[in-house]
Amino acid sequence: MSNAPVDKGRRRFLTVATSVVGGAGVVGAAVPFIASWNPSAKARIAGAPVEMKIDKIEPGQLVRSEWRGSPVWVIRRTQAMIDSLSLVEDNLRDPGSEQPQQPEYAKNQHRSIDPEWFVAVGICTHLGCSPQFITRDFGSMEGVDAGFFCPCHGSRFDIAGRVYQGVPAPTNLMIPPHYFVDDATILIGEEEGAA
Amino acid sequence: MSLLNWIDKRIPFSNTMKLHITEYPAPKNFNFWYLMGSLAIVVLVNQIVTGIWLTMSYTPSAEGAFASVEYIMRDVEFGWLLRYMHSTGASAFFVVVYLHMFRGMMYGSYQKPRELLWIFGMLIFLVLMAEAFMGYLLPWGQMSYWGAQVIISLFSAIPIVGEDLTTWIRGDYVISGATLNRFFALHVIALPLVIVILVFLHLIALHEVGSNNPDGVDIKKPKGTVKPEEQAKYKFHPRYTDKYDIVDAIPFHPYYTVKDIVGLVGFLILCSLVIFYAPTMGGFFLEPPNFTAADPMKTPDHIAPVWYFTPFYAILRAIPDKLGGVIAMFLAIVMLALLPWLDRAKARSIRYRSKLHKLNLAQFVISFIILGYLGVMPATDLYTLMARIFTALYFGFFIFLFLYSKNEKIKPLPERLTK
Repeated sequence: MSNAPVDKGRRRFLTVATSVVGGAGVVGAAVPFIASWNPSAKARIAGAPVEMKIDKIEPGQLVRSEWRGSPVWVIRRTQAMIDSLSLVEDNLRDPGSEQPQQPEYAKNQHRSIDPEWFVAVGICTHLGCSPQFITRDFGSMEGVDAGFFCPCHGSRFDIAGRVYQGVPAPTNLMIPPHYFVDDATILIGEEEGAA
Repeated sequence: MSLLNWIDKRIPFSNTMKLHITEYPAPKNFNFWYLMGSLAIVVLVNQIVTGIWLTMSYTPSAEGAFASVEYIMRDVEFGWLLRYMHSTGASAFFVVVYLHMFRGMMYGSYQKPRELLWIFGMLIFLVLMAEAFMGYLLPWGQMSYWGAQVIISLFSAIPIVGEDLTTWIRGDYVISGATLNRFFALHVIALPLVIVILVFLHLIALHEVGSNNPDGVDIKKPKGTVKPEEQAKYKFHPRYTDKYDIVDAIPFHPYYTVKDIVGLVGFLILCSLVIFYAPTMGGFFLEPPNFTAADPMKTPDHIAPVWYFTPFYAILRAIPDKLGGVIAMFLAIVMLALLPWLDRAKARSIRYRSKLHKLNLAQFVISFIILGYLGVMPATDLYTLMARIFTALYFGFFIFLFLYSKNEKIKPLPERLTK
């Protein structure tokens, strides 16, 4: 040990420099641990689009499919269901679909490409339960028989997946990107013209 | 004892035993409520041991998990007993911990100088909730799956990063085998390690400041202020007697070890009744939908968390706003952690505090229990209204306490412990 006086400025500089370099090392080393929690390549591939045949669906019927592991509904709406869309608008939180819960081509009253065909991700926007499809006595309103009711926390959506006021769900149901390949087939999970 | 001597020269074994067990001064007036701490340690050991044995037969995968739990229940020798000990132990843990926390609230055990002790306790409670939640996913039943779906979705309420955060936690776009595997890893190794470390810190902090007691007055007096004949007649470790004169204390061992064993026998009888005669506890310890394998396409008609989460779940549902509900739920726990600074009274124990405080604490307990009941029930209009009222009362407890405690009229405190 030398008896030279301690150079405090130099010691402080070395302490800080070592800490900063060491800290950067810790941050760098944390990257693989944090990134390994992201969906794996396998999970991402499972998110590929799905094709559905729709020529056998009856008016008023709901058919379930699966996309990215979530239930996807395809409903062929009856004329009464379509008529009910304008009746309920005063009771809805976002009747004009201002929130970005749908592709541009579904930002309309019926929230779909064709008023007859409704496609939605069947997951409640509150906490992820799957709502039930109700076809009679849905609202207390005349002319409104159908809608969706989430059994978990009582959220209600109309037949275009628009959320009612005064329920816990914050936004309308999500509409996945989709398009009609031909009259009998619908592709869910991809925009028309995408690769 | 030459072997003991040999050891003591190499590791402070005897000294540690004396410091923390045989010569640790504990107030002589501990009552029923002081059993809960040692019971919690027994339950922790039970969870670790039965948990290790369960992992020997459990398969942590989306394909195999549900079947492997059935395998444990039907084919593994005494597998049913190990599993029921583990599932009953989880509920028993929360029973004991809630009573332990209530004891602290009743006798002001969070007050100065025990703030950090209380904070460690709250951290244990928080990690314990995460541990229980992740464990509940592992049987991969319907309630496991959809309960996890609901709780993980809570994080999606966070602005901007919420959606990405939930995908990161799940490791998939929905709850899947990836989620199950990581929860298994966290449940069996990461969180138990954290809990054991926190329990260690909780005990070290306890022994540094000393135990509170039902009177809430100190048993450690400044050195030289108590006549020798008034001091406690037992030998305590010099760590304590060098700094203080100790009154009304007895050594932890044998006096409280014996008392705790009596309490433990009663506790084990109660646990055995549940394990052998009512392992599902009427659907409260193990919920009926969990006897069906997880089905991502179909939500059960009614989702309710296990009973020990329901008070906080009722608070979540009471707020008609997603982010607001999540904030209120976490705030409900944060408020408890802030108690040492919210309560500004000059007395610790409820025995010497005002009628107003007794009423306030009583309404808090009632609100907590009613919220727990509401959290199990479906959200009807009446129940939602009730949940809102009792959520207000729950938070009201802390607000009232902060307001009245500073100038609270307290009864005169005794110099020494009573009875």
